[in-house]
Amino acid sequence: MTTTKRALMLGIRDGLPFIVVVAPFAMLFGVVATEAGLSNAQTVVFSFAVIAGAAQFAAVQLMAENAPVLIVVATALAVNLRMAMYSASIAPYLRGVPLWKRAAMSYLLVDQSYAIGLAKYEAEPDMTPSARAAYFVGTMVLNMPLWYGGTLVGALVGSRIPPEYALDFAVPITFLALVGPMLKSAAHVMAAFTSVALALLLAFVPYNLGLMIAAVAAMMVGAQVELLVERRKV
Amino acid sequence: MSYSTAEIWTTIALVALGTYLIRFSFIGLIGGRELPTWVLRHLRYTPVAVLPGLVAPLVLWPDATGGALDAPRLIAAAVTVLLGVMFKNMMLAILGGATTLFVMLMVAG
Repeated sequence: MTTTKRALMLGIRDGLPFIVVVAPFAMLFGVVATEAGLSNAQTVVFSFAVIAGAAQFAAVQLMAENAPVLIVVATALAVNLRMAMYSASIAPYLRGVPLWKRAAMSYLLVDQSYAIGLAKYEAEPDMTPSARAAYFVGTMVLNMPLWYGGTLVGALVGSRIPPEYALDFAVPITFLALVGPMLKSAAHVMAAFTSVALALLLAFVPYNLGLMIAAVAAMMVGAQVELLVERRKV
Repeated sequence: MSYSTAEIWTTIALVALGTYLIRFSFIGLIGGRELPTWVLRHLRYTPVAVLPGLVAPLVLWPDATGGALDAPRLIAAAVTVLLGVMFKNMMLAILGGATTLFVMLMVAG
């Protein structure tokens, strides 16, 4: 097996755990979107074209409240602004990857592929550019069709899922399970606490801008704590 | 919802286009360039800076309860984080958190 193919298989393997959450999350979106008044086709195309759960939920919620189109778009994009930071943080590792591959990888840049991909690149700095690209795509090979398919199933099943299944909590549990293993230093913990505290305090700020402010502040706290810890060691 | 079909498609198209451009921004345009150390030092904390803030309101003020604090969801969230921190295993954390939630909801309900 070539290095690239092995990287692809590794990516598929490391992406496997997410199947358990992607499926219910996608189904939940299918249910919520059709309940709000989108057609089955619109709901599935939404998932296909955007692949960003939190933003899709935010958009559908506001559409159901008859918010103006521009507000809906701006809010969904504000939720997705974090991906600009993901894009910037992963870009240095993709030197040597051809543009068309980077264009395809951009479509697949979600919370999960970013988290697993970056962890891999940090752990194995000697990966070749094509292995990096293959690994990244691998993490989404199963999750991507599952995202579309789950959305379709949710749209078709619609309101027949009883509320006691608490599917609403699939999102928080996924995000929390992603964060737990990341809290590996004092700097990471302080950044996480800053993020939570400011996001709650700034929840009143419209268009999800509170989250963006909280995130920027939390990054600065993380970086400063890292510097302090480094200085104390020297 | 009073959205017309055209408005719905327009919304979807704009969110899709904007989201793609956000993702492509650095990967596509400056993918070949080196970023300064201080930028990298900040970007290292991106996931722990964004995700906890995104999730905190969903945990404290869940839509499913109309925004009211909910013990089963709160405890399930705590279990998820604890398992993730202790075992560094996301899958285990999700299963533990989901199981806790279902058990708590059954007990509470």
